[in-house]
Amino acid sequence: MLEIHGLTACIGDKEILKGIDLTVPQGEVHAIMGPNGSGKSTLGYVLSGREDYTVTGGTATFNGLDLLSMEPEERAAAGVFLAFQAPIELPGVNNANFLRTALNAIRRAHGESELDAVQFLKLARAETKRLHMPDDMLKRNVNVGFSGGEKKRNEVLQMALLRPKLAILDETDSGLDIDALKIVADGVNALRGPEFSALVITHHQRLLDHLVPTRVHVLLHGRIVRSGGPELAKELEKSGYASLIAEAA
Amino acid sequence: MAAETETLQTVQALTQSGYKWGFETNVEMEFAPKGLNEDIIRLISARKEEPDWMLEWRLKAFAAWQQMQEPQWARVEHAPIDYQDIHYYAAPKKKVGPKSLDEVDPELLAMYEKLGIPLKERAILAGVDPDSVENRQIAVDAVFDSVSVATTFKETLSKAGVIFCPISEAIRDHSDLVKQYLGTVVPVSDNFFAALNSAVFTDGSFVYIPPGVRCPMELSTYFRINARNTGQFERTLIIAADRSYVSYLEGCTAPQRDENQLHAAVVELVAMDDAQIKYSTVQNWYPGDANGKGGIYNFVTKRGACRGARSKISWTQVETGSAITWKYPSCVLLGEDSVGEFYSVAVTNNHQQADTGTKMIHVGKGSRSTIVSKGISAGHSNNTYRGLVRMTPTAKDARNFTQCDSLLIGDKCGAHTVPYIESRNLTAKVEHEATTSKIADDQLFYCRQRGLSEEDAVGLIVNGFCKDVLKELPMEFAVEAQKLLAVSLEGSVG
Repeated sequence: MLEIHGLTACIGDKEILKGIDLTVPQGEVHAIMGPNGSGKSTLGYVLSGREDYTVTGGTATFNGLDLLSMEPEERAAAGVFLAFQAPIELPGVNNANFLRTALNAIRRAHGESELDAVQFLKLARAETKRLHMPDDMLKRNVNVGFSGGEKKRNEVLQMALLRPKLAILDETDSGLDIDALKIVADGVNALRGPEFSALVITHHQRLLDHLVPTRVHVLLHGRIVRSGGPELAKELEKSGYASLIAEAA
Repeated sequence: MAAETETLQTVQALTQSGYKWGFETNVEMEFAPKGLNEDIIRLISARKEEPDWMLEWRLKAFAAWQQMQEPQWARVEHAPIDYQDIHYYAAPKKKVGPKSLDEVDPELLAMYEKLGIPLKERAILAGVDPDSVENRQIAVDAVFDSVSVATTFKETLSKAGVIFCPISEAIRDHSDLVKQYLGTVVPVSDNFFAALNSAVFTDGSFVYIPPGVRCPMELSTYFRINARNTGQFERTLIIAADRSYVSYLEGCTAPQRDENQLHAAVVELVAMDDAQIKYSTVQNWYPGDANGKGGIYNFVTKRGACRGARSKISWTQVETGSAITWKYPSCVLLGEDSVGEFYSVAVTNNHQQADTGTKMIHVGKGSRSTIVSKGISAGHSNNTYRGLVRMTPTAKDARNFTQCDSLLIGDKCGAHTVPYIESRNLTAKVEHEATTSKIADDQLFYCRQRGLSEEDAVGLIVNGFCKDVLKELPMEFAVEAQKLLAVSLEGSVG
């Protein structure tokens, strides 16, 4: 279970999160919506430990662990996964090698044996097939020369292999066509279960058609201003954020 | 720098205490007095039982050296070196080192462990005195190993007709070959350090591959075991006759200590018609402590001559050690359609300085060269690529491609690229590409978010950056080199 209380964070001297309260019980998928600049991506970065952000107050725990005191790789080992809005390129680093190194780092942290290249490739090929991705994706350098859609699918592949307990998807659906959108949704749905929870940051209702959330929250000016069931997303699709912005003002 | 004086003093203290306690007999025979003059050179030549022509050759080099000045053009700084304060002849093996591993810097031992160096090799590399009682077992084992391995190798090589022996042995036993080639690629008066080396070298390797022979093994493992005590002024000569092939591997991934601060080696390669020489180096001499104190000065002259048509010389180097590296493995492309290659990774951290690159001199028609240089700077270090591509008037249709990439880690280091291009032939083509990049915070965060530690992340990114060079290394060495890169940069981030 992810529990966030009164979380405030800034970048430089600009406060972005102004007191977030949010609970995501195990097994649930919550959507975070809101206009640009409301702090959605910041929330994802703060939870995963990006150093550019300074946490100025509040708490965030995951299954009882104090996330904010942990290094990014410790959070990853605890099962936190961030699918990046703009996945990073690593020139010269083979995708399969990167994924195996990451998977083995996490397995090591759990006291599990590391996978050798053959075992890993078998596993990775099964996942690429399931996600309708070409095999050569594993041979290419991490995100180098990938199209926008390929980058997003590569994030989903990583998520599928690393099997996180808490997945944070930062606008993974943006810029995707309907088919790719479905692949992303299927990737998350395949992981769903009592041990898995997700925070899905999105602008669009259409992802939520395929990936039905338990709860929907609206983030505005660094605070959650409204929460509701899946119907809230549909409502926002129709009326936009204008009325909420007016309410907040 | 005070550091240098201090090191010299330490070395002095060590060597003097060596006199006091070290050897029971014939102390004077083991060390020549400090300083350099004709008598010392005569002594070296006599000790090595050299023919007269060799002594003459050395004296000529010494005369040239006396007229020369240290080169000043490199982007390196160090205190003046007192060339009269160095022993130019010391018998090998009687090194004064720590008496056991307990006396060795624990940080150094930790690094050996990370690199996966076998225990008994660690003692040798750390310079533990093989004569000390506690370590007799280790020393005996190691000697036993190297003797048995060397014997097997020697049989295989001699069956193929390959000559591979210490250069001092070659000067005696293969005098004609040595006389024919020595100093023809790097003349005695080529530069200050090469002249010094020519006057005083005492050790190194000699390789001759006969016509049509493909050397049956990489000349590596043997060398690695024998890499200790190679001395300060190493001299290597490799000759590949028509249609022959040899791959030669120099150095070691383990950090090597040496009480000699100044190293000035010379390597000469000669490739005849259709011959190929692949020369790979992993250099990891002690870089000094985090403040750069006590590290090795590595001033090396390496040059290959592609004399034959379609001959090929390929240099691959991974340079991570030494306080100062001054090194330009070069190719003189005389033969028609001859090929020169230079693949380099140079890493500098803390206060290390590296000024390294290559020279490709195109003389032959249709000669081609490729330069791929990857410089990585971290800490307060300075890393310079200096390269010359020269197309002479006879180099019709010659081509060069140069790729120089620099990677910066942190904001206190420097990366410099100094390409010299001289083209005196209108049909020749020269291409130069250069990039400079930083390991970005978002790359590190991306890796760490996936579970990698910061150091593993740096290792992965750096290895990715160097991939084009590392793939040129012989397989088993490439794996070691990858680990070495990661270890060399430990602590450079954050």
